[in-house]
Amino acid sequence: MKDHATLAEAFIQDEARTNWHDETLWFVRQKRDKAAHGLPEWEQLREWASQIKNHTLSHMDSYLEEFERKALANGVQVHWASDAAEHNRIIHDIIKKKGITRIVKSKSMLTEECHLNHYLEEQGVEVVDTDLGERIVQFRHEPPSHIVLPAIHLKKQDVSDTFHEYLHTEKGNNDPTYLTRAARVHLREKFIASELAITGVNFAVAETGGFVVCTNEGNADMGTHAANVHIACMGFEKLIPKASHLSVFLRLLARSATGQPVTTYSSHFHKPKPGQEMHIVIVDNGRSNILGKADFRNALKCIRCAACFNTCPVYRRSGGFSYHTAVAGPIGSILNPNFDPKKYADLPFASSLCGSCSNVCPVKIDIHDQLWKWRQELTKAGHVPLMKKIMMKGMAFVLGRPALYRFSGASARWVLRYMPFMVKFKINPWYKQREMPAPPKQSFREWYIQNKKK
Amino acid sequence: MVYSKQKEMSSRDQIFSAIRKNKPAAVPGVTTDLSVVIGYPDLLSQFSTVLTAIGGSCREVASAEEAKQFIASLDKGTFVIDTTAGHPSGLAHLSPAALASVDTAIIRGGVAVAENGSIWVTENEMVNRLLPFIAQQLILIINEKDLVPTMHQAYERISINETGFGVFIAGPSKTADIEQSLVIGAHGPCGMVAVIVRES
Amino acid sequence: MKVALFIPCYIDQFYPQVGQATLELLTKLGCEVDFPLHQTCCGQPMANSGFAAASKDCDKNFVRNFTGYDYIVGPSGSCVLHVKEHLKDDKHPEETIHIRKHIYELSEFIVDVLKKEITSAVFPHKVGLHNSCHGQRGLGLSSMSERVLPAFSKPEQLLSKVNGIQLVKPVRNDECCGFGGTFSVFEEAVSVKMGKDRIKQHEANDVEYITGVDVSCLMHLEGILKRQGSKIKTIHIAEILNTEA
Repeated sequence: MKDHATLAEAFIQDEARTNWHDETLWFVRQKRDKAAHGLPEWEQLREWASQIKNHTLSHMDSYLEEFERKALANGVQVHWASDAAEHNRIIHDIIKKKGITRIVKSKSMLTEECHLNHYLEEQGVEVVDTDLGERIVQFRHEPPSHIVLPAIHLKKQDVSDTFHEYLHTEKGNNDPTYLTRAARVHLREKFIASELAITGVNFAVAETGGFVVCTNEGNADMGTHAANVHIACMGFEKLIPKASHLSVFLRLLARSATGQPVTTYSSHFHKPKPGQEMHIVIVDNGRSNILGKADFRNALKCIRCAACFNTCPVYRRSGGFSYHTAVAGPIGSILNPNFDPKKYADLPFASSLCGSCSNVCPVKIDIHDQLWKWRQELTKAGHVPLMKKIMMKGMAFVLGRPALYRFSGASARWVLRYMPFMVKFKINPWYKQREMPAPPKQSFREWYIQNKKK
Repeated sequence: MVYSKQKEMSSRDQIFSAIRKNKPAAVPGVTTDLSVVIGYPDLLSQFSTVLTAIGGSCREVASAEEAKQFIASLDKGTFVIDTTAGHPSGLAHLSPAALASVDTAIIRGGVAVAENGSIWVTENEMVNRLLPFIAQQLILIINEKDLVPTMHQAYERISINETGFGVFIAGPSKTADIEQSLVIGAHGPCGMVAVIVRES
Repeated sequence: MKVALFIPCYIDQFYPQVGQATLELLTKLGCEVDFPLHQTCCGQPMANSGFAAASKDCDKNFVRNFTGYDYIVGPSGSCVLHVKEHLKDDKHPEETIHIRKHIYELSEFIVDVLKKEITSAVFPHKVGLHNSCHGQRGLGLSSMSERVLPAFSKPEQLLSKVNGIQLVKPVRNDECCGFGGTFSVFEEAVSVKMGKDRIKQHEANDVEYITGVDVSCLMHLEGILKRQGSKIKTIHIAEILNTEA
């Protein structure tokens, strides 16, 4: 399987498109900046959000018990899934029991993580993703490349071609309004016919047993209120203690994600409507494992806003697919190695450790510190290419010994001066697109001894 | 996955057991200090500015009577459901197919939030949960005295589980999923009007 | 006060002029500066690549060389940050803690410890400022665009006093240059693309020089500039501040 560096290199081949992708996401980061700078209390909000999540993680069992109790009392059915496979089975069982074969789904990164669509389709269930961006990538048989802006990697032309093929829109008509209206008509049919709707959960509230789903399009509501069955899926870390805490998180979420003060709809679900069944599936899938790791548990605070994606200079120039996972970007690089260290060993290295991600995170996850720590973990566990291991151990050996270091340094400079061809070849990754530094005759130390040392 | 020994323990038990074992040492809860939170000298002006910026429109009226007149003057299409004027019987059980051709829904809103142009609407007011989303146009009537600066004050005023469903609605539905071009009117209403009544 | 000069390995080997400028500048500012002769490398290249455990020899050598000084000053934000956060020598815990607490990057040392202004520098050129990430975000050398905090910049504070200088910032004034240590080699395509984009923004300002507090960033940008045949030169802040009429 190709790693991030290889996939990123392929992405960058199309430099014009890379520039477009980078500019587009930088624009989203700027909108976020404008929104953040508009609230003098922004940094205090981040601190509150961070502390509420820290507090919740440390009392997760009691808050989960409270949440379940209250949800059950509201007439909601609560299911528990240890892993992705169980999550998929539970959902399919509900669908099968009702004899339903077509469902609608609004955006849920958890269902992407569990590969739910693929599982259900194999069981003969039609799944329609109703978020516009998700529907577009669903038609194209692609995963979303960004957790908030699923089709950010596509140009209008691409969407137009896709809709022409699947919705019979006019060929070559790229107008976003025209295309959106076509999707509106198409998905409206699906909503009206909806028998079962699946949603994610942005926040689950222990105090009331309810949960909140945030959208701009209204697709979660169109699906759930039309359907007789609503299944809401959540990782257990989505829990917050009190209703009043929603003020902190809802003020941070949309501003961090897109620079809006709030999403168009913040829907608070407590009870099924009369005649409706409401289910919540609470999922572990490795989360309780991360909870036990002091170095990495902060990653569970994530509210999936993608601010870290938008600020990451590497993500902007490599695109979501280079991370070969459902949740890409900086947060994905610290979450995924927990699930499969071997498969995702490349991700923590897909970073220059600039630290911007940690600064934009609304819940103050120490993302860049965790990237560094994951590098140590993965290396210790042996998930590092042999050449790199040899090179690094060699460097450590030389650089730790003064005489050897000086000798190597002098040799390197000598080689660069008198045998540059030894170093200046295209396979040397530094030299591919950069000149080597000029080799001075004297090192600083040599100059110092000659000129300064008394 | 090892199932043999753990089969006796349900997934729920397994998850709780793992969480109890792995959770970190207790961290105290948080008290938010509203004195550091932004305020606005003119709540109505802020609300109106934000709502307009996000694609909605806003009209201030002196009284409930004036609100009625204003709404009467709007182009509302042919199929209008007004839940503020005593709800049509059977509305709660109208099917999605029946509601699909609703042109305009008129619903009473509760608390309104100046910082983000949103209005809290509960199940009691909307009667049918699908109504505020499926209508092509949404009109929400609110009282000026229910305007608050931020979400903090909003959550102090409302009880989110008072009814089985409630929603903060901020303007008409929208999307920017096609090359970041903002399109007003995604799957929910394409237009939204807030009518703000001054008198209590 | 006794100040030890920490000259990062690649500056020692490839950019001795930066070490010279740093030494002269600190001396001009009244410091008694010593250069521990057996220093090598802080260990950052290995540690950032996941081999922190292998850098024990570098750590031990660092503690050995830099024990017994009031301050340690180095012309590199990233190396100083690494030592501050990760230096470890279980056999000499107290010395290690002292070093970690008293190691400074050059510009923050001048502003925060010496609390001096440099009015003698002359550099009548248009200079683009590159905000190196580890110095900025790690050491807090300046505020950053993504946080809502009061604006300040220690490097700019010093550079603004340089006679004749025209200091300008690129549109994205604190985006990473893409060096990232071994990232520059293991993720070469992204690294160079980031560097090229930085340079394009400086070119839009028509600068003659690009400066910053980290030679690593400058080395990476210089490599690309030279390959492009650009007239723009890179120069470390110490070299600018050390100029005279």
